[in-house]
Amino acid sequence: MSVIKFTEDHEWLAIDGDVATCGITVYAQEQLGDVVFVDLPDVGQSFATGDEAAVVESVKAAAEVYAPIAGEIVEVNSTVAENPATVNEDAQGGGWFFKLRIADAGELDGLMDQAAYDAFVEGLE
Amino acid sequence: MSQSRDKSGGLKLIEIEGGPRTHSGHRGLDHEEPLIFEQGAPESTGVDLPEVGDFTDRLGGLARQGPTGLPGLSEPEVVRHFVRISRDNHAIDMAMYPLGSCTMKHNPRLNEKVARLAGLAEVHPLQPPETAQGALELIDTLAHWLITLTGMPAVAMSPAAGAHGELCGMMCIRAALDARGESRQVVLVPESAHGTNPATAAMCGYRVEAIAADPRGRVDVAALAERLGPDVAGVMLTNPNTCGLFESDIVEIARLVHAAGGYFYCDGANFNAIMGRVRPGDLGIDCMHINLHKTFSTPHGGGGPGSGPVVLSEALAPFAPRPYVIREGDGFRLVESEHDPADDGRAFGRLKGFHGQMGMFIRALTYMMSHGADGLRQAAEDAVLNANYVRAGLEDVMSLPFPGPCMHEVLFDDASLKDTGVTTLDLAKAMIDEGVHPMTMYFPLVVHGAMLIEPTDSESKASLDEFIALMRGLMADAAAGDVDRFEGAPFHAPRRRLDETRAARQPVLRWRPPAPAEAAE
Repeated sequence: MSVIKFTEDHEWLAIDGDVATCGITVYAQEQLGDVVFVDLPDVGQSFATGDEAAVVESVKAAAEVYAPIAGEIVEVNSTVAENPATVNEDAQGGGWFFKLRIADAGELDGLMDQAAYDAFVEGLE
Repeated sequence: MSQSRDKSGGLKLIEIEGGPRTHSGHRGLDHEEPLIFEQGAPESTGVDLPEVGDFTDRLGGLARQGPTGLPGLSEPEVVRHFVRISRDNHAIDMAMYPLGSCTMKHNPRLNEKVARLAGLAEVHPLQPPETAQGALELIDTLAHWLITLTGMPAVAMSPAAGAHGELCGMMCIRAALDARGESRQVVLVPESAHGTNPATAAMCGYRVEAIAADPRGRVDVAALAERLGPDVAGVMLTNPNTCGLFESDIVEIARLVHAAGGYFYCDGANFNAIMGRVRPGDLGIDCMHINLHKTFSTPHGGGGPGSGPVVLSEALAPFAPRPYVIREGDGFRLVESEHDPADDGRAFGRLKGFHGQMGMFIRALTYMMSHGADGLRQAAEDAVLNANYVRAGLEDVMSLPFPGPCMHEVLFDDASLKDTGVTTLDLAKAMIDEGVHPMTMYFPLVVHGAMLIEPTDSESKASLDEFIALMRGLMADAAAGDVDRFEGAPFHAPRRRLDETRAARQPVLRWRPPAPAEAAE
């Protein structure tokens, strides 16, 4: 079981060794509504923390997905680009966006765990 | 209810709610109109053209080999088609159109009358300027009104719409920074700004950073001050903003931006709320586009085109695009190139073919001159009064994220719909059944389930009272748990609820003729 972390911008990361699988949270997809388009980065692209790494569009809004930590893209999930509904159906599983090679593992300490994120979302309601 | 055709091309009898079936598929004056490509036949035509005799092909073999595929119809068939489909659409000429931030105000018929005067309607942009002095004087007079109303020293007239005006303003800023030898990379855009602002900055090659709104729905000045620095080219702010609120710290914001060496872009899309009351030049802005098609009543939203002149500060004026009109002797002329002796070579270039949206210039100037300065001021005051009348009429049944008073539009969130099972989208669809155009929804993004209502100065008290009554009725239905009338809405429109998700995921962007096998059956 890998460690799951969250950001205040409603991204999640599953950490497995030096690779983090990233996507948007169940709460984020609920707020967006039906997702109709996902624009993914290219494998090999490097991002600093907070850089715009992907774009997600729903019937209601377009939103940027930020790189939650610095790193290089090692894999992207073409399934969500081809079938954006996957983001709604399985946001924190099959609806992942990209995998990053973690540049600085120390950055993970600044992110929220499940309990902290749940409390954060509760505070938004 | 929908029409379908059987294989022989005849109409099937179809079920119609609330009445007997019709043999035509129509419901009285409500016609089920097929696409124009599904009508007529390619070989029929409404024009009688002579047969082409022997000719020499000078197209180098590029002449069209097959038919164009355009439908062939007679003139009455074409006229009926477009009149019928126009009846399926909402329009400002039919009913209230409170689409927030879009300023769907009445398009006065006097504007149309003046635009059709032969001397204006038939002028051509390529005719010699000495034969178009009236048109050039009209552009110059309109420029004078815009400069006077905004308190700014200069105006670029050629931008073709609001976003084009933004592009013009940001290109002036970039040109001014280039002239200073600086390559600043970042443009700051508050969350309460118009949605086109970040796109414009990005198109000019800038990196966009958002500045948060404060709890009052206005720019967080402390956050802005903290972010300003030598890498910031400028700030783009909308005032009044998309929450319908006046950015009360705007003078301080301008001071901070200038102190950091940046330029201050103001999106003037909402100038209709402040014209005659506030001069942007007194607020310290460097450039602002003006939507003639909103503030000055020219048609838009399908009736356009738009027109977006940009007023400029002394610092940016030298970089305004060509062409521009100058007064010379007793007449006017156009400066079109850097070789013109009147041009100092600093203009960033040309932004548009010809000189701007002449038809809209005529209408906007007609609106200004028929209203006069006092009338324009009253139009702004009435726009604000009307929005506040709607706010006061609905605030006990709908929820305001920010306390009033508001400016020309009032922003509600969906807190009042919480636990009703009705969403902002459902409410908007039910408004279609009530015969009004829905408000802007889910924008701005700073509040949840946003509903942005802009009644404009065009609506009478009676019209506003009717609107408030229908909205109160819908909110009461939602509170009473009558979810069906919302989830099924619209019931009374030519089409029922569209599948927006499927339309976006699997868009059908053009009509294609039926496959040959099917057509042959």
